[in-house]
Amino acid sequence: MIFHFDGEPIAARPGDTVASALLRVGKRAVATSPYLDRPRGVTGIGEEESGAFVQIVSGVGEPMRPSTRVEVVAGLVVRGLGGRGGLPVAPDPSRYDRAYLHCEVLVVGGGAAGVQAATDAVERGEGRIVLVHDGPLAMAVPDAIQVLQRTTVTGLFDAGHAVALERRTEHLLAQPSPDVARMRVWHIRSARTVLATGAFERPLAFADNDRPGVLLAGAAATYATRHGVAWGRAVVVCTDDTGLAAALALHDAGTAVAVVADVRTGLVGDAVRALAERGIDVRQGWSAVGTDAAADGGVAAVELTPVTPQGVVLGPGERVPCDLVAVNGGWSPNVALFTYVGGPVTWDATRVAFVADRARPHLRSDVTVVGSAAGDGPMPANPPATFFGAVANGPDIASRVFIDPGRDATLADLHRALGAGLRSVEHVKRYTTIGTGADQGRTSGVLAIGLMAATLGVSPGEVGTTTFRPPYVPLPFAALAGRDRGRLSDPERVTAMHDWHVEHGAVFEVVGQWQRPHYFASTQDESMADAVLRECAAVRTGVGMMDASTLGKIDVRGPDAATFLDRLYTNVMSKLQPGRARYGVMCGADGMVLDDGVVLRLAGDHFLVTTTTGGAARVLEWMEEWLQTEWPDLRVWPTSVTDQIATVVVAGPGSRDVVAAVVSDLDVSKEALRYLAHAETAIAGAPGRVTRVSFSGELAFELMVPAWYGDHVWRAAWQAGQAHGVTAYGTEAMHVLRAEKGFVIVGQETDGTQTPDDLGLSWLVRKPVDRAGNPTPDFIGSRSFARADTRRPHRKQLVGLLPVDPQRQIPEGAQLVAVGADLSTTPVPMLGHVTSSYRSAELDRTFALALVAGGADRHGERLLASFGADDAEVVITSPVFLDPEGARRDG
Amino acid sequence: MMLIPCPWCGPSDENEFGYGGQAHVAYPDNPHALDDEAWGRFLFVRENPRGWWQERWFHSAGCRRWFAVARHTVTNEIRAALPEPT
Repeated sequence: MIFHFDGEPIAARPGDTVASALLRVGKRAVATSPYLDRPRGVTGIGEEESGAFVQIVSGVGEPMRPSTRVEVVAGLVVRGLGGRGGLPVAPDPSRYDRAYLHCEVLVVGGGAAGVQAATDAVERGEGRIVLVHDGPLAMAVPDAIQVLQRTTVTGLFDAGHAVALERRTEHLLAQPSPDVARMRVWHIRSARTVLATGAFERPLAFADNDRPGVLLAGAAATYATRHGVAWGRAVVVCTDDTGLAAALALHDAGTAVAVVADVRTGLVGDAVRALAERGIDVRQGWSAVGTDAAADGGVAAVELTPVTPQGVVLGPGERVPCDLVAVNGGWSPNVALFTYVGGPVTWDATRVAFVADRARPHLRSDVTVVGSAAGDGPMPANPPATFFGAVANGPDIASRVFIDPGRDATLADLHRALGAGLRSVEHVKRYTTIGTGADQGRTSGVLAIGLMAATLGVSPGEVGTTTFRPPYVPLPFAALAGRDRGRLSDPERVTAMHDWHVEHGAVFEVVGQWQRPHYFASTQDESMADAVLRECAAVRTGVGMMDASTLGKIDVRGPDAATFLDRLYTNVMSKLQPGRARYGVMCGADGMVLDDGVVLRLAGDHFLVTTTTGGAARVLEWMEEWLQTEWPDLRVWPTSVTDQIATVVVAGPGSRDVVAAVVSDLDVSKEALRYLAHAETAIAGAPGRVTRVSFSGELAFELMVPAWYGDHVWRAAWQAGQAHGVTAYGTEAMHVLRAEKGFVIVGQETDGTQTPDDLGLSWLVRKPVDRAGNPTPDFIGSRSFARADTRRPHRKQLVGLLPVDPQRQIPEGAQLVAVGADLSTTPVPMLGHVTSSYRSAELDRTFALALVAGGADRHGERLLASFGADDAEVVITSPVFLDPEGARRDG
Repeated sequence: MMLIPCPWCGPSDENEFGYGGQAHVAYPDNPHALDDEAWGRFLFVRENPRGWWQERWFHSAGCRRWFAVARHTVTNEIRAALPEPT
């Protein structure tokens, strides 16, 4: 099996990772460090890797993977990471999935402890048991256990929720396949979670400890025994018995172990005897203080020396030529997942490790830790030493003692942090960046804590650990997105007339997931500005048609419907007669405008409430909340009918003729169908309702039909309009037309801090007593209108703005300040901001709506609109630019 | 993601629900009888305890019913789900 590394073909064997294959062919220097350009090689054998990162070039590509985690597959192409990876730019054709799984027991980790825990659960008959292992599972497990291999739990969350990333195909094929999910993000819910996440071996601090060929001892031994890596000549430097075991394993696998330097003295036990039997030179009370480099940048020799248990170099030392320095500075239980759910850890001085504190009750009794992650296991013959490294005195030595090679962070950085007075391990982490690299401090964290403790003269337990946070391994965004990409990233809602819009050059905008025609381009090269001017002129002088189907519509029915709407709206709806409609606003309890719309009374107990397009769901929830929680005695049933009813708006002086041509048996004359009246009728043969409402100020009709007739009725009205030069218009023209009349859009003129009065809508707010002197029913928000803040003068109020230069269009969001304000001194007193700004065909100039402090009393004053580096003078006017008498609406 | 025991639909993922804040904050019978401070407290002031408290949820992607639960704000453990209106 051949793969390519840095352009060179490399032979690999089944079961190889990129790391093991490179080591077998003697490639020690694999990558370069991020900031110092130092050569780096393989340091570990799993997720703890801190040196040999590669960029995946073949297939989809990935910017940065530890070579120890990439299984070799034919055709794989990788590059040693030159400091940092580059994101692949080619589109990714792969499929990514999200999957859900519910189980009684989730076991994280497929080592001996994890398999045991899962097997025990099977024997206890605990139900569905899932074992997740982050690599290929090496051990056999009972069939009853569902195994997810090559799956890494990246986070533990509330109520037994685990998120895991499964890499499903990269060990099988180098090229992406569109037919099978490359990765799955699993959302697992388990009643009980067992963490068997193991432990990571720790490195030691000494000068030039980052050279290729300096590996964790257990990793080096496993490469020899499992992958057949021939190391040449090795030196083992250790602080606990697992280092001695690694020395034996290396020797028995054919590696010449020149020296074992163990910082401890008085060693006893089988391992010591076995090393002696093999004639291996064991130096007790010795450790490493530095390395020399070979031509490839890898280690050529290690400098060993007698040291005290505190790390004081006693000397004289000895330089031992070698190809491998196998380092074991103890073990760090992998407690990251445990701490995600608040699990406590404690410093175990006997095991020289932070372990899960099983004596202390913690918040999540459903999460337990087993195996080496909990510090379990028989006590070794010789207790491990509390020792983190030996550093000789000398200039610039500390800056070559690497604590976090993934960040090029050294002992000198740690000394600088402590010298600056930092004492919290969290501060030191941020100051030095130790533990913030791709391996998230798996090897460097406790090493840094130990060195901090040694410098400060306290125990590592007193220094404490930093906080682990998910994700445990990097999660590709593509995997998180799953299939929610491109057109599937958000639901698309289309109206019944959508196809017609597409046929007629509509350019769409998304409003509350609806695809709404923004404008209709009459020719390929008509600009949006030209199209909007054309559409606006058509409505003001001829006739226009707009698809208003997306407006929220709620059917409110029941004996108490009128009472209910009286409580929601600021104006009285119960006085509305069947066959009539009324514009209303509703407020929150804080008195701020929540939504607006036209309410149609269909019968005594039956209303049709319209809402803004974006507010439909919110208003329905608002109704349901009050009915369920405060007024369960009211017999009212609100039902969303937004999708069931299509709405065609026909607007403009010519609209009556067009509507008359499509309705049957309905007199649409000014006298018969008055403004704000509605009537049922057949529209182009479909059952429908015609309402005289106008959002443009022009004579206008809304034709409502069941949605499945929407396309038919639209086309019929369009056909009827041909004789009158009908023009389709979109949301932008609708916005301009309503702004010319000073009609607000909730969400554009409002941001949740405007009362009806601020918007000039106090005429919509009922008085506490009616004209006859009877008290009126209370409504939501009324009490807040009497609050000091809502009554204060100089609240921001709705005004119109006319730029002094009539061709100047002020950007929406522009800030308004006093003319002559010194813009160089901050803060500049803000007087308001522009909420809507357009070019008007009717006015033949630009205009805007704005919220201005005390604006209602400032008509005629000048302000300065400031935007970016630019500004322009504007004159405050009434927000009604057109037809203040309302003469046009009757045609 | 929390698992919320809807009294009507059973335990469901948190993202099916809308949050309703502190439970049992009744809308005053007569808001106009309250002085500004008392009304302001009703509008804006809620408890923020460390530990158990009662809060409202709305199963917006399910049965569309409001209900109250007791939740521990540190552990997110949820004990009682109360189907009655709150």
